Amino acid sequence: MTPTLFWTGFFVIGSFALYISIAIASRVSSTGEFYVAGHHVHPVFNGMATAADWMSAASFLSMAGLIAFSGYDGSVFLMGWTGGYVLLALLLAPYLRRFGKFTVPDFIGDRYYSDTARVVAVICAIFISFTYIAGQMQGVGIAFARFLDVPVETGVVVGGLVVLLYAGMGGMKGITYTQVAQYCVMIFAFMTPAIFISLQLTGSPIPQLGLVGNAVDGTPLLLKLDRTLVDLGFQAYTEGSKSLFDVFAITLALMAGTAGLPHVIIRFFTVPRASDARKSAGWALLFIALLYTTAPAVAVFARLNFIETVNESVYEPETVLEAGETATPTWFHRWENTGLLGFEDRNGDGRIQYRADAETNEVTTLNRDIFVLANPEIANLPAWVIGLVVAGGIAAALSTAAGLLLVISSSISHDLCKKVLFRNITDKQELLIARLAALGAVLVAILAGIYPPGFVASVVALAFGLAAATFFPAILLGIFWQRATREGAIAGMLTGLIVTGAYILTYKIFGWIPNTAEHWLFGVSPEGFGTIGMLISFAVSIGVTLMTPPPPEDVRLMVERIRAP
Amino acid sequence: MSEPVSASKRAYWRANLTLMGILLAIWFTVSFGFGILLRPWLDLVSLGGAPLGFWFAQQGSIFTFVILIFYYAHAMNRLETKYGVRDDVNGSDSEGEDAS
Repeated sequence: MTPTLFWTGFFVIGSFALYISIAIASRVSSTGEFYVAGHHVHPVFNGMATAADWMSAASFLSMAGLIAFSGYDGSVFLMGWTGGYVLLALLLAPYLRRFGKFTVPDFIGDRYYSDTARVVAVICAIFISFTYIAGQMQGVGIAFARFLDVPVETGVVVGGLVVLLYAGMGGMKGITYTQVAQYCVMIFAFMTPAIFISLQLTGSPIPQLGLVGNAVDGTPLLLKLDRTLVDLGFQAYTEGSKSLFDVFAITLALMAGTAGLPHVIIRFFTVPRASDARKSAGWALLFIALLYTTAPAVAVFARLNFIETVNESVYEPETVLEAGETATPTWFHRWENTGLLGFEDRNGDGRIQYRADAETNEVTTLNRDIFVLANPEIANLPAWVIGLVVAGGIAAALSTAAGLLLVISSSISHDLCKKVLFRNITDKQELLIARLAALGAVLVAILAGIYPPGFVASVVALAFGLAAATFFPAILLGIFWQRATREGAIAGMLTGLIVTGAYILTYKIFGWIPNTAEHWLFGVSPEGFGTIGMLISFAVSIGVTLMTPPPPEDVRLMVERIRAP
Repeated sequence: MSEPVSASKRAYWRANLTLMGILLAIWFTVSFGFGILLRPWLDLVSLGGAPLGFWFAQQGSIFTFVILIFYYAHAMNRLETKYGVRDDVNGSDSEGEDAS
């Protein structure tokens, strides 16, 4: 057994044992505890749990690599996935907490005095959450397969059962405290290699300062990377290639989508008061920002370091080096075995040429996840750090999956069964249905993780676009415009759902129209179309509201109550 | 409270909306303004080794977001104390642990 395999097994099994002990310690017996942890969670702990809930396997493993390849264009994810918390803290979270119930469809159904609106909200919530959860389960399976030498299926099933155990027993309470632990695992695993690689390349132990600092040879790091990339035929790192309007649209869609995602919103139902919801959003974003401001630094370090150590290096380890030559680093050979890196000596000179031009480029495979995964080795860190990074990636995937699972389970048991289908069930029966729904959802998620539908990779755009075009306008108008009517809200949500869904499906899933800039409507990519969908949804809601009779008096009073205590 | 409840609540809500408007204007300026629309001009200036517009898009806007939310939480507590509608002292509010 290699040291890497040993340490990976050690950290993964150890972290699972920790999650399960937390689950046993936080069993619950009422729906209030199951759905919102009895409103007893401390704002700082809720902030940590929100950060873990929010940051998925994609944030942890893929984002730094994605930015490393897209340079300035990667900013849309950084701003989009953090700026949404400002909208959440100022416009939504405190009011939804003061409303005081359990789920997002709860609010939509009560505020818009309509079970139709409630059911539309349930459909949106379930759809958004399922598209998201499939990707998380797949991430768990890949992590297991690649690092623990077990089949993908085993990894997905083990991960699914662990989540089911703590989500099923402890509901929101179990999820919250496991997420706190998962945040600690994640952030430690992400920061350790980042700090060492920053020290190596810039001499600064703080990656955020390293990013704006100078390389060890005295030139500013970003300038050096820009020059290096341009020399090899790539675009300069600090320049973008997306159009200004598209960058604007994607950023806004991700921000509004973040604020409208049900699994993020329900986290703010767990704190005791509206003022805690505001404070907690601040802590959540602080904990998220720690990773999100480190990721762009890691991206720059990794891209530059990759070029400097790999490009023009001598591939065959036995070759005698001439003056000025360097050998290809050993981690390159190791990662070639995983299939994430590939080299083909096209010109037969025994050296690796990394170029933008497909004809002369010899790095034939370069998976972007490698930049986070191989970081510990690139920084010459011991094998246990790699094990920690793998456990961090799994923690990121499981924590997000658990949050989504709770949304699906509460949508079915609370919003659909208790509020629409069987109004007379007792608290105990509702809790049983919630647990059965969680079991069913885990089984579907496991299947989706093992046999991922081909479109999983592109559905994240769909989840955010739909949240931006359905929940965000409906909740915002519900709080800030007393006049907003049930007809307006239903029409707005349905139009947003259909328009945004159709646009994204057309380009990304069915491919009816080629997914390139000249074919896009108004030059907006499918990722950014949530912004257009949101504007249409607002317009339809307002238009229809003005044509329909105002809401009843008790709804007006309810809005008064959630605005001011 | 000596003043009529509804007038005080209206004033509280107006003050809240004003505060929100100012903070959202800053939110928009640092991200969509500095990071996207004005970036070509801001990039002419450097912060350390980074073009300023690029820095706002990848670092500065995120730091500002964190400060905005903590400031809002703090300012709202002050506002709610002033208008006597604070929810985390005295326990005087109507919404209990399991409001419904």
